[in-house]
Amino acid sequence: MADMVKLTMNGREITAEKGTLLIEAARQNGIEIPSFCYYEGLTLQAACRMCLVEVEKTLKLQVGCTLPVAEGMVVHTESEQVKSARKGTLEFLLTNHPLDCPVCDKGGECELQDMVFAYGAGESRFTERKLHTPEKQWSPVVYFDAPRCILCYRCVRACDEGMGVKALGVANRGAISEIVPNHSDHLECDECGACIDICPVGALTSGTYRYQTRPWEMNHVGTICTHCADGCRTTLGVRNDKIIRGNNRDRSGVNGEFLCVKGRYAFDFVEHPERLQSPMLRSGDEFQPISWAQALEIAGKKFKAAKSFGIIGSNHTTNEENYFLAKMARQGLKTENIDHHRTGDLATLFDALSGKNNALATTADLYSSKAILIAGADLSQQHPFLAYQARANFRHHAAHIYAVTSGPVREDQQAAASVRVQKGGEIAGIESLRDKLKAEPELVIVFGDAIQGDAVRKLVAFGDSLGVGVKYVCLVDYSNSRGAFDMGVVPKNGGMSVEQMLAANLDVLWVVGANPLKNATMSPKKFVVVQDLFMTETARHADLVLPAASAYEKSGTVTNVCGEVQKLKHALKVMGTKTDLEIMGLIAKEMKLDLGIWLPEKVFEEIRKNVHGYDVSKAVLDLGAVTTAPLNGRVATLPGVIQSSGDTLFTSGSLTKYSKILNEVMEAPGALYEAPRATRQAPVSPGAVEK
Amino acid sequence: MPKKLYNEPSPLETRVVSKRFGLENSESLEVYLANEGFAAFKKAKEMTREAIIDEVKASSLRGRGGAGFPTGLKWSFVPHTSPKPRVIVVNADESEPGTCKDRLLMEYDPHQMIEGILIASLVVDAHVGYIYIRGEYRYLIEVMDRAIEEAYAKGYLGKNILGTGWDFDLHTHSGAGAYECGEETALLDSLEGKRGIPRMKPPFPAVAGAWALPTLLNNVETFSAIPPIIRDGGKAFADLGVPKAGGTRLVCISGHVNKPGVYELPLGYSMMKAINEVAGGIPNGKKLKAVVPGGSSCPLLKADECDIPMDYDSLAKVGSMLGSGGMVVLDETTDMVKFALRIMKFYAHESCGWCIPCREGTAWLKKILERFNAGHGRHEDIALLGELSKNMLGRTFCALGDAAAMPTISIVEKFAEDFEKRLSREMVAV
Repeated sequence: MADMVKLTMNGREITAEKGTLLIEAARQNGIEIPSFCYYEGLTLQAACRMCLVEVEKTLKLQVGCTLPVAEGMVVHTESEQVKSARKGTLEFLLTNHPLDCPVCDKGGECELQDMVFAYGAGESRFTERKLHTPEKQWSPVVYFDAPRCILCYRCVRACDEGMGVKALGVANRGAISEIVPNHSDHLECDECGACIDICPVGALTSGTYRYQTRPWEMNHVGTICTHCADGCRTTLGVRNDKIIRGNNRDRSGVNGEFLCVKGRYAFDFVEHPERLQSPMLRSGDEFQPISWAQALEIAGKKFKAAKSFGIIGSNHTTNEENYFLAKMARQGLKTENIDHHRTGDLATLFDALSGKNNALATTADLYSSKAILIAGADLSQQHPFLAYQARANFRHHAAHIYAVTSGPVREDQQAAASVRVQKGGEIAGIESLRDKLKAEPELVIVFGDAIQGDAVRKLVAFGDSLGVGVKYVCLVDYSNSRGAFDMGVVPKNGGMSVEQMLAANLDVLWVVGANPLKNATMSPKKFVVVQDLFMTETARHADLVLPAASAYEKSGTVTNVCGEVQKLKHALKVMGTKTDLEIMGLIAKEMKLDLGIWLPEKVFEEIRKNVHGYDVSKAVLDLGAVTTAPLNGRVATLPGVIQSSGDTLFTSGSLTKYSKILNEVMEAPGALYEAPRATRQAPVSPGAVEK
Repeated sequence: MPKKLYNEPSPLETRVVSKRFGLENSESLEVYLANEGFAAFKKAKEMTREAIIDEVKASSLRGRGGAGFPTGLKWSFVPHTSPKPRVIVVNADESEPGTCKDRLLMEYDPHQMIEGILIASLVVDAHVGYIYIRGEYRYLIEVMDRAIEEAYAKGYLGKNILGTGWDFDLHTHSGAGAYECGEETALLDSLEGKRGIPRMKPPFPAVAGAWALPTLLNNVETFSAIPPIIRDGGKAFADLGVPKAGGTRLVCISGHVNKPGVYELPLGYSMMKAINEVAGGIPNGKKLKAVVPGGSSCPLLKADECDIPMDYDSLAKVGSMLGSGGMVVLDETTDMVKFALRIMKFYAHESCGWCIPCREGTAWLKKILERFNAGHGRHEDIALLGELSKNMLGRTFCALGDAAAMPTISIVEKFAEDFEKRLSREMVAV
């Protein structure tokens, strides 16, 4: 156990670990020392002077956010002297603050408001002219109103230390000091919006949220982002069936406060005007809207009459939907032709790891492991949260980061060693780091689709040969790519792969939330049923299109890239749509198949019973993320292509097109973070499949 | 040509550090060498580092930048055996209003400072030094660069100095016009190419200074005092002053005096004698009203508080400081409202903006004083000025906030009648 020291705070004896900052020791003991600039996880500033406290035997008030506790220290946080200092500082802060709370986005959630309410004076003695500068727009999603800014430098640090981007700085000095973009008048950054969330006041406001609502008029729905596979919890602010905001200020979920541009803003596809809201039946080259009753009847009849099926599942739909789809395929439709767009070679990894315990890394491991090897993936582009974890690990624990990639990546900034390889040369590149990796006490290996098949087995053999504890993360693309694999939406018993299904002579092709025809063709022709949000390339080839609900409109669970199961929470309803689970259930009912009740909770019960590793604690799941036990046993080799769609920070497969904000961000002036083009591999090769 | 001095020297001076001022070509290495130059370095090279520190401690030399920290003690804090290389930084960012001595030391006798730096390098085992020169002292960078060039050419800097096997490189670096960069840690940030804002202490520069290396940082005058101390012994220097504050210092006397200028006076010299005799008294038979004893950051003294010896303890006793030696003499015609405004304009302009009380406090105080001075003062403003200053005092990140607060508090407390007078004259109702 760490050394503990005893000190007295406000007459109470408390203990704290040696080296704890006074402000933290107070918080651990239920005593609030107010602060603006102090922010857990970011460097210390001691700039706002709100945390001044009285420490006996010192001459003047001491800074609570930088002073470590010491044995026998006697601290007063509520003495008259301390209270008057807080009052004085707040009075100073408000001198140039516009006090436009009635129209400020932050009103009701503002730390300055709270602080003045708790510690400030009722009236101001300031009767001079306030400084004023006009508001600026730095990007489609970031606006800055300098007069509201209290210069706590949280945004500067969040961008520099948290994101590794350094888009923000400070200009001028004295009272006219101002936060400014480091590149002329606009942001060249990830557009993640972390600066907005971390801003204690309404100085930084969001382009999508500003002047939309008062915070207390929203319902706050904590659900999981539907874009990449990292599984960040995003708390959606919903008012009248409209999502107005995404953030995660309550730090629930694996991601704490972290969100990227997609998690924070790209929920807007939900209300895109092209959203399907009625089932459609092909008639010639046109589609005719039909009723759900008609649609289900047609689907039921066609399915019943069909002799051969191809079923393509989704890497965005829930575990329950994937499970139900696989069950329906195998037990109801009696086919093994079921697959989805596989973006990482989970099958070979799980097979190679057979018999090993504790060999899969969690997102938390990326923050705590002493060493991380990133191979064949641009983590900051494709897995922003995993990259954030590694970066924070480097910053807080001085973890050693190694990058073996085909081009420059942001991880090079922190890397103990970076190796550039041609695609396919990853294993040789990793081998060249052997001596360094061998000297590490533990290692997490994160690898992308560049390593698949035999290369995965070589990688695991390499890991075994190091003689240290090695954990793996096989990167996959989308919010439930991992879940689709775990639920058996794969052709494991001799079924056809996606490519084979497209090319085969089948009576019915049933596509649930996937877009295999985006970059591929289908022949011969079959009766195609598509469930999707939009008229995708695949839906345009369909005979029957069923409008599905998005992840933000349903409940259920999803499994992230690290195998952590989290709950989706239904945030709103879009008229005319049904969840994929309901659609499947109703088709099964139409076909008089007995597949059990299709409520998400009931299906999850079945998953817990039947799917290896998913017998997870429901209590833990209700609170946050729960890690699945890895598969342990031989996994069949699967046919078909494995390829990542090569999404960037600003694309999300087929959904990209329907997110206005992602497109605005990409079209805005300034460079978004991107590795130099010349050295990057082409994002999608012809023939690749993608949702 | 003898260089024209900014002021005639006074016969009352004790010229130790400034003894070469006024010599023909005093800035040249040749003249420096002809006048005991580098004798101290040669002597120091034969001494142990402990002996050098002891000599500096015996001189009771205290930092001449303003804080007055004992120099010998500071030198002993630098971990000279650290595996990291040590760095010497000279604070030549002389920006305190009223203080103008470092410029003379660099302009008239640059080699004395270089020798002082070299001796310090022996103590902390450093091989590189930086002279951070105030941006407004552009011309001094040229003077220093010339001196450094000359020293290199003649083997007093660079590799194997004077055949002793000692290597030392010295560079000049220009500030960019920020008073804050005279604060040692802000100076280091600025030297590193960052925005000049003060750093958190600890770690102190002695342990982690420039580029996080152990750094010895002293003022120009402090380094310049080292050669005479080593040459003639610490005790001889100490004996010039008073106990606990040895030697002489350059006092910059400005304001309402007949002979403003920089004079080298022993510590403990009578303040009234300095004003009336050294600086030739107050012009036109006017009476003394107040004295800023050590640069604009020090609390002002009323005329009846000025009959004291100028040493650290005596100034502390009357609630002020010796600061950086910038003495401003104010006669009875001085309007203290205007004076307070002039000071506050400076601090509001120079506040770096890092912490709230200083950034907002100086700006607010300036606005109140501007309004007051324009004839729109209210009675409650007088108390407000004092209260706001006290809300800054001791609560800011660095000493700049204190520097703005202390003179203001002393002015409104000691010269309240000047403020009252403005009220009654203007009779402004708000």
